Amino acid sequence: METSKVIHAIYTDDDILMSAVKKVKAERHHIEEIYTPFPVHGLDKAMGLAPTRLAITAFLYGCVGLTVAITMMNFIMIEDWPQDIGGKPSFSYIENMPAFVPIMFELTVFFAAHLMVITFYLRSRMWPFKKAENPDPRTTDDHFLMEIAIHHNEDALLSLLKGTGAAEINIVDKEEDAH
Amino acid sequence: MEYKISNRLRIGAIVLIVLGLLGVGYGFIDSHQYETVEDVKELLANESHHDTHANEEHAEEVHEESHVSDNIGEEAHGAEHAEEGHGMSHEEHVLHQIHNRPYSALYIAAFFFFMIALGVLAFYAVQYASQSGWSPVLFRVMEGITSYVLPGGILVLLIAFIADSHLFIWLTDGMTTEGSDNYDALVAGKSGWLNKTGFFIRGLIFLAGWSAYRYFSRKFSIAQDNADINDNRNFKKNFRISAAFLVFFIYTESMMSWDWIMSVDPHWFSTLFGWYLLAGMLVCGVTTIAMIAIYLKSKGLLEYVNDSHIHDLAKFMFGFSIFWTYLWFSQFMLIWYSNIPEEVTYFVTRIEDYNLPFFGMIVMNFIFPLLLLMNSDYKRINWFVMMAGIVILCGHYIDIFNMIMPATVGDRWFIGIPEIGSILLFGGIFLFIVFTALGKYPLLPKGNPFIKESKNFHY
Repeated sequence: METSKVIHAIYTDDDILMSAVKKVKAERHHIEEIYTPFPVHGLDKAMGLAPTRLAITAFLYGCVGLTVAITMMNFIMIEDWPQDIGGKPSFSYIENMPAFVPIMFELTVFFAAHLMVITFYLRSRMWPFKKAENPDPRTTDDHFLMEIAIHHNEDALLSLLKGTGAAEINIVDKEEDAH
Repeated sequence: MEYKISNRLRIGAIVLIVLGLLGVGYGFIDSHQYETVEDVKELLANESHHDTHANEEHAEEVHEESHVSDNIGEEAHGAEHAEEGHGMSHEEHVLHQIHNRPYSALYIAAFFFFMIALGVLAFYAVQYASQSGWSPVLFRVMEGITSYVLPGGILVLLIAFIADSHLFIWLTDGMTTEGSDNYDALVAGKSGWLNKTGFFIRGLIFLAGWSAYRYFSRKFSIAQDNADINDNRNFKKNFRISAAFLVFFIYTESMMSWDWIMSVDPHWFSTLFGWYLLAGMLVCGVTTIAMIAIYLKSKGLLEYVNDSHIHDLAKFMFGFSIFWTYLWFSQFMLIWYSNIPEEVTYFVTRIEDYNLPFFGMIVMNFIFPLLLLMNSDYKRINWFVMMAGIVILCGHYIDIFNMIMPATVGDRWFIGIPEIGSILLFGGIFLFIVFTALGKYPLLPKGNPFIKESKNFHY
């Protein structure tokens, strides 16, 4: 297995982390990953991450849910066992549509919400029984960790990070294929 | 940050008022070319010979949708007519409808602009009661709009007073006298609440309460500007009266909706009508705040209002549009489903005679904002919010139109000179009063304890 060296800079405050990220990005270094105990507002923009496409998937899942609801209610209430709805025995989906709106709404929300959460977990490479990628357990409590890969620029990076108010700077070997 | 109403805007508002008055005047004169039942007979004969354009259009729409209400339409419609009939000939009925139209047009437009101001007042009170930090930079805009609550409310009541039974059928002579030709048992049963004296006493109490809150909250808001930096007494007073006002408002708004709107169909009632109207009010109010804020911003004023404030207002526009749809649908579906003749006539009339405005309004008030304002980025684009706002306001005007017109003019509706004239008239008065009020004090409430948070607000 190939190994590479990375720097772990640990911070104790999200504001200091934010300014550190801006300084590191200004020097055109690539930040591998940042581990934080809570979502830090604006961090994705400061890191230069592409905007999330999760909202688009949510919209598509919602459309799937709506389609499922329409198909299902049409089969159950109109085709398979035609129902007289509200004393209006028209046996047509469109004419009985108001009665199905709550179901259409609920399944749209259900599909969008659940599938979006599942998508989010998979996209974040999280699934049951997976070993945590988190390099330092303190980042689940009150520390922030910035991970930067070293490419023959160890000294420059170290001096840069020292100037950003890091509480701790470690150089570690990282297994490249760990995740 | 000072703003003074520009001459162009003032002249524009006056031109609107004058044009509006001409339109309204024409509407009244035009409706009185039919004075007798004979005139109407002639009109009806003409209409049945060569279908007028409006009728043609109607027939088609009704045809498309008629299957929805086919099985319920017959009996329900029959019942309604029997109730309304009271020995009045069809021609006489049509004559009344023709005469009712300019009054209804006037009342709808007056109520629409009043409702914007009232919605903003409620929204403003919520901001104080929740001590929200994002909105104080917009407070002066809201206070400017709420300056229309009192004049607008007086105009609505005045029109109601003058229009009398042209709008409120329960004011017709003899409706509550047993043995009279016009006697109506259902209205007589409700006369403890629905009587002219009660209507206006309640109206004046509502209006007095709302404008008293508006007067004091404005006063404390200005006083807070001039107070010492550590002196937040005026803000606290505003917090307290806002909380008290919201309690008063939610009761009175509900009763106002029964009196001023729902009573035009005195046989019909809906228990969530107050909420439904409130949702419409809030959408229109927030939309107007956003539009005026964007306008002032484009003039280089309101320097502290940033994209995030507009974004939040657009979120409210989106959210309240969904809320309005939720209530509209809740009201519609239960009545449609249970299919009780007394209730369902309300929607049968609207689907048969008002097909285009009825369904068009749902597109404008729900589908349009849903698709347009769903994307987060679009909520920050000013012209986008502006265009969505215009559609929402038009949609809610039609919503009010659909509440009043079917009861007063039946199928003899059209959005023509009387309606547009009324919109111009009250739109002009609204712009004039609101922008004059905006120019009275600096646009930044600098003494508000949350002003720094609001200036730095970032979504």
